Amino acid sequence: MNGFWHDTGIVFSRHMRRSLRNPLWVFIGLAQPLIYLFLFGPLLEPLAGALGTSNAYTLFVPGLLVQLGIFGSLFVGFDLVAEWRAGVIESERVTPANRTSLLLGRILRDVLVLAVQGVILIGVGFAIGMRGSLPGMLFGLAITLLLGAACASTSNAIALSTKSEDVLAPLLNSIALPVLLLSGILLPISLATGAPQWLVTVSDIIPTKHIVDAIRIVFSGADYSLTVLWGSLWAAVLAAAGIWFGTRTFRRENA
Amino acid sequence: MIHARGLSRAFQTGRGRSRSEVLAVAGVDLDVAEGEIVGFLGPNGAGKTTTLRMLTTLLRPSSGSAAVAGFDVARQPVEVRRRIGYVSQSGSTSPESPAGEEVLAHGRLYGLDRRRVEARGRELFEQLDLHGMWTRRSRDMSGGQRRRLDIAMGLVHDPGLVFLDEPTTGLDPQARANLWEHIRALRDERGVTVFLTTHYLDEADALCDRVLVIDHGRIVADGTPEALKAQLSGDLIELELADRGSTPLALAVAAAVAGIGSAEQDGPLLRLRTPRAGRVVPELVRALDAQGIGLAGIEVRRPTLDDVFLELTGRSLREEAA
Repeated sequence: MNGFWHDTGIVFSRHMRRSLRNPLWVFIGLAQPLIYLFLFGPLLEPLAGALGTSNAYTLFVPGLLVQLGIFGSLFVGFDLVAEWRAGVIESERVTPANRTSLLLGRILRDVLVLAVQGVILIGVGFAIGMRGSLPGMLFGLAITLLLGAACASTSNAIALSTKSEDVLAPLLNSIALPVLLLSGILLPISLATGAPQWLVTVSDIIPTKHIVDAIRIVFSGADYSLTVLWGSLWAAVLAAAGIWFGTRTFRRENA
Repeated sequence: MIHARGLSRAFQTGRGRSRSEVLAVAGVDLDVAEGEIVGFLGPNGAGKTTTLRMLTTLLRPSSGSAAVAGFDVARQPVEVRRRIGYVSQSGSTSPESPAGEEVLAHGRLYGLDRRRVEARGRELFEQLDLHGMWTRRSRDMSGGQRRRLDIAMGLVHDPGLVFLDEPTTGLDPQARANLWEHIRALRDERGVTVFLTTHYLDEADALCDRVLVIDHGRIVADGTPEALKAQLSGDLIELELADRGSTPLALAVAAAVAGIGSAEQDGPLLRLRTPRAGRVVPELVRALDAQGIGLAGIEVRRPTLDDVFLELTGRSLREEAA
């Protein structure tokens, strides 16, 4: 176990150094949610009442946070493919290092980068008028980090299996886009706000919809309901499943 | 250092009905002693890389067994990994990271403490002519420097056995010759056992104590470069007679000399095959002289490993490499 954390720490610090050498990527990853926030957010302001909220940004920022968690983390696999091409993965795998550490060290870096991005996004949200419960926002961020860990782990596993950007890009896009829309990231999908029944039924199957709903509640500071419990549970389950899948792939020989 | 018996690896190809099994390595036996430099030759697709990946624990054998550095590759892969170095063709470092940082992280994955890894890494940089490269990104290095950096990565934990996968592919002749010097020094100065795959026969000839040839997943030859050349093709002696009229007599005389395998006429020349030209030429010249046969010229041609390879596999390595 000692060796496991030791190895994880080495892999994490190596990747952290790589990220710190190129801090620009933190902001490039933030560009998409910030563009939504500035260019789409104002359109929601007059609709706040119809969406059942007093502050459109308190409703919108949680969606963007989840978008950041899913999109940013799903695409970390590209870095793994690049490292594989450079021979780094192979040279790590001939060392006695723990196989799970080789994955976990990477994911910890991804989660830390996501945390920094999330804090900046929440800060910008505050600056343009979002209000709510600060502890709730931290709780929401924590849920997002679990989701990010799940996505980063899955992405790394798929990248290690396919070893090809050409497969990775369409595959991840075909997952990410419907998941984002059906999670109600831009507008909540609910009968109360006038969504058709079939769309509500379909979106109910998507775990990330419940996660978005949960984060919206904790951000607003409203009383925690069963929705919050469901959302948190889903995030934990997805994180566990993602890391299990990633670990299995990293442990498998010839991967 | 390496003892493999019946080492095999099958791959599944195709899907559904067209699914079939391809035997990439089909029962390889090989032994490498401590302190040897062994070259592993074969055309593309012969099973070279698959064998290497099994010996370095990157791939599990389908059947058979291999003990590397005293441990079984399938049952005790971690013990094997601790004791071997592996320098792959594809490199080992991120192009944007400073070389020294990559060496440090790599060495620490072997459980060595930072100070020891750094000391050893810097020492290796000096030995491998990478002066002042510690903070340089591998992206900014020449091909030869990058290859030496890969070797430093593979040696940072002082393994007793190192696997080099096509170490000089893509290097210019000067960088290749330079790398050969470094590989020889590994063995001569540090007693490291070296197992390398190569496409280049001159490399095997110049560098290796022993050569193994693999084709269609099987070892088809094993011996010193000299022995392989002698055993398989033999030297060629070409005689040009002063008087072409004496050809029949000369053929009879040559065939009677001990050690000459075959003698035939080829236009104005007589071609004689022998395992060892150095041994038979003096006697041949004396015998011809005793019969009063004058010579206009005599030439000895040694076979190259390429001739050996062609004879063994029916393919020329050079075509493969081109």
